[in-house]
Amino acid sequence: MKHITTVASSCIRKGEGIGCGECQASCQSACKTSCTVANQSCQNKGEKVYRPQGRKG
Amino acid sequence: MVHAFSVDGRYFALDADSGAVHMLDEMGFDAVSAIEEKGWDAAREALMSKYGEKDTEELLEELKQVKEQGLLFSYDEDLHKDGFDLGKPTVLKAMCLHVAHDCNLRCRYCFAGTGAFHGQRLLMPLEVGQKAIDMLIARSGSRKYLELDFFGGEPMMNFGVVKALVAYGKERAAEKGKTIRFTLTTNAYALDEESIDFLNREMENVVLSIDGRKEVHDALRPTAEGTGSYDISLANAKKLAQRRGQQKYYVRGTFTRNNLDFAQDVMRLAEEGFEQISVEPVVLPASSPYSILEEHLPCILEEYDRLYRLYLDSRKNGRWFSFFHFVVDLDGGPCIKKRLSGCGAGSEYVAVTPDGEIFPCHQFVGREGFSMGSVLTGELDEEMRARFAANHVLAKEACSSCWARLYCTGGCAANAQAFNGRLDKPYSLECAMERKRLECAIAAYCEERETDDNI
Repeated sequence: MKHITTVASSCIRKGEGIGCGECQASCQSACKTSCTVANQSCQNKGEKVYRPQGRKG
Repeated sequence: MVHAFSVDGRYFALDADSGAVHMLDEMGFDAVSAIEEKGWDAAREALMSKYGEKDTEELLEELKQVKEQGLLFSYDEDLHKDGFDLGKPTVLKAMCLHVAHDCNLRCRYCFAGTGAFHGQRLLMPLEVGQKAIDMLIARSGSRKYLELDFFGGEPMMNFGVVKALVAYGKERAAEKGKTIRFTLTTNAYALDEESIDFLNREMENVVLSIDGRKEVHDALRPTAEGTGSYDISLANAKKLAQRRGQQKYYVRGTFTRNNLDFAQDVMRLAEEGFEQISVEPVVLPASSPYSILEEHLPCILEEYDRLYRLYLDSRKNGRWFSFFHFVVDLDGGPCIKKRLSGCGAGSEYVAVTPDGEIFPCHQFVGREGFSMGSVLTGELDEEMRARFAANHVLAKEACSSCWARLYCTGGCAANAQAFNGRLDKPYSLECAMERKRLECAIAAYCEERETDDNI
């Protein structure tokens, strides 16, 4: 493709086997004044927040 | 719905219903924007006059291929139909315990009336906290992971009760085969060696309130005696963050109209060595001298652009840190149910005052008409729970045409109620800032993957 590069395909999981509710309540997760869920990961997926090379931990 | 946007001279597109993200060149950006605005046929005409027939057809063919894969201009009927029902709330999974309606600081922008929530200065007795934990566990159904946040005021003013409640909660949860994840929000002013060790051992997450630059912080976060709190809070917070390996905490600042150059505060915190940073806009009524107003918005959006560049350069050049709002999980984020239901306030998540009264969340504490019951009697207003559960993003008219709705989940109900007098009409300033931050987050995700594929 010359004009468009897909960086992430569908990230919104739908259908069977979702909605277990075990993930962290979003407002509880960090700042207590924000409703964003975009930076949370699915509990069943495990922590997979981006870490560039060389980042410790 | 597709949102095509530009950050720092680069072009991106988010396909709202599927969540797919694309990078575009300028021509692709023009095409996606035109198709979204006027449809394929009209877009073709407009593009031909600018790029000529051959290039336009080649471009549109590419976009059609991506569309056929369900990654562009996708349409999920379930996300657009009326009367979407997520079901009644069944379990409680998270609780915010206001163990202290008192504080050792007197922050001038405090939404909680400098800790007392516009009422008496009180500490939560141990028995009230134990009743709250009993209630959380009893109403948690089959949920394995529960959450308990120690909040205030300043929870370290009731540290003895915090310690006792952690021990009690762990024991009671273990009896039922559950795990409570404890978290605590503190201004760090009263931390010492013992408390830092305790928090690092027992807390899944710690939120440390520091505003960034010393002059910004001290102007608005004096102690009860009127002195600056920055030096002591900073030293304690740094110690805590270092000892927990810079993981699972946030240093969390607030910006007001007085520091619309808040990127400098974020970078100051990074320079101090913090790796998990969140700096949030203050939420106050327009009458407050610190509030954010509509007229401040252009400046704030520009500041997020400035922060975006500083953030990526810093990460690339050896000072890695995470900015809460510039992180987005595009390959394993929350499922659709979570994206629709949001924070769970009032349904799965409640706040408990020092005397055991229950409110939908910490922001609602003390607001007339939002008392939901008491942990002392075990009463919980199920009608109110159902009302909050039904207030999901698909039920909000203002969100129906917004590309960001599956990322922000329709905004904060407490802010909606405070600014618009109703739960289902989001606070528009919050929406505008959230959309901008999300654009930056998506752009950062894309840009870093271009040069580094280590996830």
